[in-house]
Amino acid sequence: MIEHLTPILVGTLAAATPLVFAGLGELVAERTGVINLGVEGMMLVGAIAGFAAAAETGYGAAAGLPAGALAGAATAMIFAFFALSLAANQAACGLALTIFGIGLSAFIGQSYVSYSLPGLKPIAIPLLSDIPLLGPVLFTQDAVVYLSIVAYAGVAWTLTKTRLGLLLKAVGESPESAHAIGYPVILIRFGAVAFGGAMAGMAGAYLSTVYTPLWVQNMSAGRGWIAVALVVFATWKPTRLLLGAYLFGFVTILQFHAQGLGLVLPVQLLAALPYLATIIVLVVISRDRKVLQNNLPASLGKPFLP
Amino acid sequence: MHLLEPRARPSKLMRWTAPLIAIVATLLAGSFLFWSLGKPVLASFQVFFIQPMTSSYGWSELLIKACPLILIAQGLAIGFKARIYNIGAEGQLIVGALAGGGVAIYMEGSDSSWVIPAIVLAGALGGAAWGALPAWLRTRFNAQETLTTLMLSYVASFILSYMVHGPWRDPEGMNFPQSIMFSDNALFAILLEGSRVNTSIYITGFAVLAFWLFNARSFMHFKLEVGGHAPAASRYAGFSSRQTVWFSLVVSGMTAGLAGIGEVAGPVGQLNLNISPGYGFAAIIVAYLGRLHALGIVLAGFLMALIYLGGEAAQVSLQMPFAITGIFQGMLLFFLLGSDVFIDNRLRRSA
Repeated sequence: MIEHLTPILVGTLAAATPLVFAGLGELVAERTGVINLGVEGMMLVGAIAGFAAAAETGYGAAAGLPAGALAGAATAMIFAFFALSLAANQAACGLALTIFGIGLSAFIGQSYVSYSLPGLKPIAIPLLSDIPLLGPVLFTQDAVVYLSIVAYAGVAWTLTKTRLGLLLKAVGESPESAHAIGYPVILIRFGAVAFGGAMAGMAGAYLSTVYTPLWVQNMSAGRGWIAVALVVFATWKPTRLLLGAYLFGFVTILQFHAQGLGLVLPVQLLAALPYLATIIVLVVISRDRKVLQNNLPASLGKPFLP
Repeated sequence: MHLLEPRARPSKLMRWTAPLIAIVATLLAGSFLFWSLGKPVLASFQVFFIQPMTSSYGWSELLIKACPLILIAQGLAIGFKARIYNIGAEGQLIVGALAGGGVAIYMEGSDSSWVIPAIVLAGALGGAAWGALPAWLRTRFNAQETLTTLMLSYVASFILSYMVHGPWRDPEGMNFPQSIMFSDNALFAILLEGSRVNTSIYITGFAVLAFWLFNARSFMHFKLEVGGHAPAASRYAGFSSRQTVWFSLVVSGMTAGLAGIGEVAGPVGQLNLNISPGYGFAAIIVAYLGRLHALGIVLAGFLMALIYLGGEAAQVSLQMPFAITGIFQGMLLFFLLGSDVFIDNRLRRSA
């Protein structure tokens, strides 16, 4: 049992990383009142853009991640045009973005199937990584895992400690008041949606250039949707989001160690665990209506025309 | 200053022209896509949208693809009117196919004339059950059906994968993840010689009629619409929102399950991993494009079927990945939603 613990926990952090990125991005967008259900699509476009950039330049993830982020932000702008400029139904626009992104990524990806990348070597931080159990878990990860934690800290700090964070939340709570004071509500929401797209794209690029590292059609396999569910589970708070992502990373990794732990279940059913876990956490968090009502950004999903 | 302002009252004209605007915009964006890929625009359109309709075989394939889309969209439209967003019809389709396919496998060799009715019933119940689960989660635990229906579709596809890799794998299938081919007695009878059109189209035909009557005549439909447009009024009138949730999800689950049966006991003829090319998701677009109206959905279903056929033709004749279908579907939904904005709004006149 215990000999499995270290590899499970090491894997947990890596498996959670795409969820941390995508979840943080969606969290910021939702805090400004915009629900973007296109995370899955943006993630896939980011994954193929990142993969293509990594393969074509030969710089690997160093080129892949920025390219993924750019591509994610660019696809998010399609959503933003329809959902914000035209004030169309946000949930449906997000769905359109997901369908579009799945198609676009598979279309571009056709020429990158069966192409493989070197991936990223884990960075062992000297001394710290020698601490038993915690050392390998926390200090022998690849650079992007560390980056995701920096991103968490950045988002948490911005939302709670800065003027920008206050502004984002104000727009989400009452776009009418923010508009009346003279803030450019639509522009701020555009920015938040672009940030969400960049983070989702980065999550996808992490999958295709570091985590797997291959391009497979539909490779995000619902992680974008799980990220959306995580934001609800986190009641729109970054720290809870981070913990939720690690919980999911753990469930995801568990399936690969199930046999060693003496759990004999068919692989396909083990693979369904993260999706079942998503339903369970949604049930747990939604059971008490007050918890959601008190934390929900007041204007979430409502179109705003100044 | 925003470029839009609300209309005094919603435009009826826009409500029905929006789908046409969306189609034209999709075609324009599609031309741009073909052009940017270095393909001849007109010839590509010919392959994509005209060629499938130039032969009677093409028309029969169009019908085969339109039927499941129309069937699922009819069910989804019920929920969408009441703002119950079932986006997991794909999973309900799979579970319906599994339930009906299971019956076909266990009744293998039987020459009873009850095999097909049993398969249909099992498919309807399977789909309905997979829709009932999120209904229960919503009414009992307040969990949003959008995410739960979608998560359950992933679960359904893993169950399907397990069954065709494990218990139901064809022992003589050279280890491919697929079940035995169903015997003729467990398949819908072919209606048109030389095509794949089969008696399952009667299910869709019956459903269109039933939903059309339901929408035009029933009190339940009225309650659904009130619940969607004015939740407060609906509560004041004492209409049960729980009933709405259950009804919408069970009915849409059932139609999706029946569509799954139409595939596995129809053109596919077995259980395998490719029983649906995303019909459950495409049907969402069909429902909106058809204005949630029983007959509108029929037209929209044929258009969506054409996009599927066009994607297949483009794969063969233009060496383009089939994924182009998804790109067109996404664009169509975007442009539809964009055009729909002009039902309630208009361009601001410069003052």
